[in-house]
Order: sequence, then C-alpha cells, then structure tokens
Amino acid sequence: MRDVAIIGSYTTKFGEMWERSFRDIVVEAGVGALEDAGVGGESIDSMFVGNMSGGQFVEQEHIGALIADYSGLAAGLHVPSTRVEAACASGGLAFRQGIQSVASGYNDIVVAAGVEKMTDVSSVGASSALAAAADREWEGMMGATFPGLYAMIARMHMQQYGTTSEQLAQVAVKNHKNGTNNPIAQYRNNITVDKVLNSIMVADPLHIFDCSPITDGAAALVLAPAEDAHKYTDTPIYIKGSGQASDTIALHDRRDITTLDASVYAAKRAYEMAGIGPDDVDVAEVHDCFTIAEICAIEDLGFVEKGQGGRFVEEGNTVIGGKIPVNTSGGLKACGHPVGATGIKQAAEIVNQLRGEAGKRQVEGAEIGLAHNVGGSGATALVHVLGRER
Amino acid sequence: MSVARFWRQQVQRYNLVGNHCRNCDEYYYPPRTTCPFCRRNGEMEEYKFSGKGELVTYTIIHSAAEGFEHQTPYVLGIVKLEEGPRLTSQIIAQPEDVNIGMKVRPVFRKLGESGDKGMLHYGTKFTPA
Repeated sequence: MRDVAIIGSYTTKFGEMWERSFRDIVVEAGVGALEDAGVGGESIDSMFVGNMSGGQFVEQEHIGALIADYSGLAAGLHVPSTRVEAACASGGLAFRQGIQSVASGYNDIVVAAGVEKMTDVSSVGASSALAAAADREWEGMMGATFPGLYAMIARMHMQQYGTTSEQLAQVAVKNHKNGTNNPIAQYRNNITVDKVLNSIMVADPLHIFDCSPITDGAAALVLAPAEDAHKYTDTPIYIKGSGQASDTIALHDRRDITTLDASVYAAKRAYEMAGIGPDDVDVAEVHDCFTIAEICAIEDLGFVEKGQGGRFVEEGNTVIGGKIPVNTSGGLKACGHPVGATGIKQAAEIVNQLRGEAGKRQVEGAEIGLAHNVGGSGATALVHVLGRER
Repeated sequence: MSVARFWRQQVQRYNLVGNHCRNCDEYYYPPRTTCPFCRRNGEMEEYKFSGKGELVTYTIIHSAAEGFEHQTPYVLGIVKLEEGPRLTSQIIAQPEDVNIGMKVRPVFRKLGESGDKGMLHYGTKFTPA
C-alpha cells in the first residue's frame, strides 16, 4: 500500500442556487480542484463521484459519465468515472474509494468529488428523497421522517444522560458562529439559544434550527501518491487513516439507539491505521445533520465519554480555541448539507485548516484533523484522519 | 408504494408475522429471510408476535412525511416487543399521554394511501395497553 496525499481541493458556494444546474456546480468544483493542484485533465487516471440521488433530485442517473463529459474528460481522454452512493455518506465514500485506488497503485492521480442539487424539487420532494436513506419499507412506510428518526435518538439521549434542549441548541449556535467566517457557507448569521428553542418544532424535541438545511453544492479533491505530492504542491495534506463501517439500515435494530456503532468502528479503524487516538486530533469536521448527531458524534469518535456530549458542548470545549474545535466550517447546519458533497467538503475544510488557510476559522497549530461522515441514521459511517506531516 | 410491493408484505404488516431462528432462538421483526447472526447456519421459521411491548423512545412529528400530512401531529415510536425485537410504528395517543417505558398493544389501522385514487395501506399501529 502506498501513502496518499491531497494535492488539490475546492468547494463551491453552498446554498439555494436556483440559477445553477447540477452539472454547473460539479464542473466548477472539479475544475477548481485541478487548478488548485496545478494538474491538467490528461493527468487524471480516474474519478470517483459521491452522489446520493441524482435520480430523485434532478431525474438523472449515470452521474459518473455525465460529470466526466461536462468536465471535458470523456470525449478524447475517456477518463474512467465511477459514481458511488451511501446516502449522506456518498462523499466520504468517494473519498475513500479514491484513496484506495491510489494506495493500491492502480491509479496515480485521482479526483474524488461529491455533488448534490437538492432545490430543483419541492421541500416535500427533497424530504421524501432523503427518506430513502432510511428503511423505506419499515420506517418510512410508518410515517418516519429523517428529523423524526434523529428526534427519537435525541429523546432517548435526554432520558438516559440528562442531555437538554439548550445543549442541543448550543451546537447550532456554535456552528452558525463558525459559519459567519466561512465565505462558502449557506448561512452566515449568528443565532441564539432562544431563537433555536422558539423556532418551530419539526419532530419533538427537534426544532427547525436543530436541522441542517436543504442545499445545492459540490466539492472536489485531487489525490496523488505521497511520494509525488511535492511535485504538485508545497502543502500536501496526507491521509493518515481511513475507516468505514456499516450498521443496520433501520434505527430500531441498533444495539444501542443513542450510539452510532458504525461511527465507533469507522473511527477505531481510522485511528488504528493512523496510529493515533482521539486525544491527538486538533480539529474535526463531524456529521451534524441534526444537533443531536453532533453530540453523538463527539461521543462515538472518543472525544468525550458516552453521555457527556451535551455537557462537553455546554462547557465550550468544541468552539474554535476550545479543547477540540468541531465543525469550523459551520458544519452541515450552517455551511449547508448537499448530501453527496458533504463528505468531500468536510475533508476540504480539514485541508484548509492543516494548510493554515482557514482565515478567521483557523485552529492555531493544527497538525492532525478528522472528518466524520454518516449515511442515513447511522447505517454507514466513514472517518478519515488527515495530517500535515507524512 | 406499488401494489405488488405492499401486497407481498400484507400478512407481515397486518398480523405482525416475523421470524424465529431455531438455531439461535432469536426473534425478528420486521421479517428477514436470513438470520443475521447464524447466517447460513440459521433456520428461520415464521412467527406471529403477540404485539405486546413497551415504548423505547418516541417523537411527535409536526412536519409530516409525504402522504401523512393530514395526520399531524402524530406520535412515532420505537416499540420493543415482548419477544425482543424492536420496530418503528405510530402510537395512537395524545402526545402528552406518551412516555418512554409505557406498555403498548397492537391495533389494526389505516397507514395511508397512494394518492386520491390509489391503494389504501393498512398495517399495525400501537396504543397504550
């Protein structure tokens, strides 16, 4: 196995982009990442694209070829392009597939991208498309929604560990604050705990401000063998560890409803590969599709003991300058959550941090960063550990 | 949901029919064809659950899933059946009367319909025991 480095990174603006199409945004991301890496299309050996549901959102499948075509990599160059899907973890999965293909020696220069265009359908249509990430036949059929599933996790967490609605709200407040300093974020406004608690209830105990929004966006990374990385860039970021795990598709079948075992196992595998532990992580992007998800994530990744996540947030440990800054990009909540793009955007934010290019969001002296991406209510999880040093 | 897709699970949905593995003595609902623990060594047989159980966790849905708009607010919960498996279903009760750990029993109810002229979907919901 070869070591792998990220030599280029680019994320489009996230938001409701009525004037832009699926192919516009993904081509912008791909071209931006190649520009950043300083490589041309003729150098690309392969592409992996994370996309949850082009079929439901823009009535388009065969996404791999479409993107290769509109990036100018199909006619003439005929670059192989593969779409991968794991619901909201599609981006993280594309990243891992790209890493594996370079690590194996099969390919040298690989593009790992992610894209979702969610606003071409109504919000009901988008919610319905997202419900396909859970068990359609035994959850959706009974009236379950995504916020509903996470609300059931939240209520149980509250019952077992005394987690409060205020603590959940603080996750959203912190992520909005980080979002104000991120030029690509969907929401760049501060909110308050009261605003969250007084916003409309979507699925009790989760309010609308506990939920990540519906977003258009794309992101791309260029990967290369670590030994060649300095040919392309002075600031390669190295992949230290990669972990992936599965769990039951339905929430009701999990070992423990308040623990995402897929996150636990993906993290364990990534930490082992990197030869580090949670205490060595300087900055983390975690999957906060709902505020409770961020609390579960910091527990499942080992930053804090199970059940203590709410208190840990309340004590200010996850802010920039805290013990472990979490979601400096604004997270899914404020930066936005174009489902297929999220996993790539998370890695791209860690790249910003480790290169020292995160501006007002910069975590001083960040050497090791972690990206955590979840599919569905926890049926797939990916964890990547990135480092400034090989 | 298409007619065929609903129809082939009608018995399981209406009568809470799942599976029991004779090899490891575990019970499964929703139904499975393969025991996830014994895999190829499993011996699955059909099993009709009593439906008696308790509420593990719940939420009150205010923003409905597609096709459930006229039911809001509705209580959605995870029920643990007395034989062990858990399932997701609606709890027919006033939200303020619902709490974690409450005993529930099954009732046959309409779940929804496929549009104005489509098929009606029925299944099992739960009510305080």
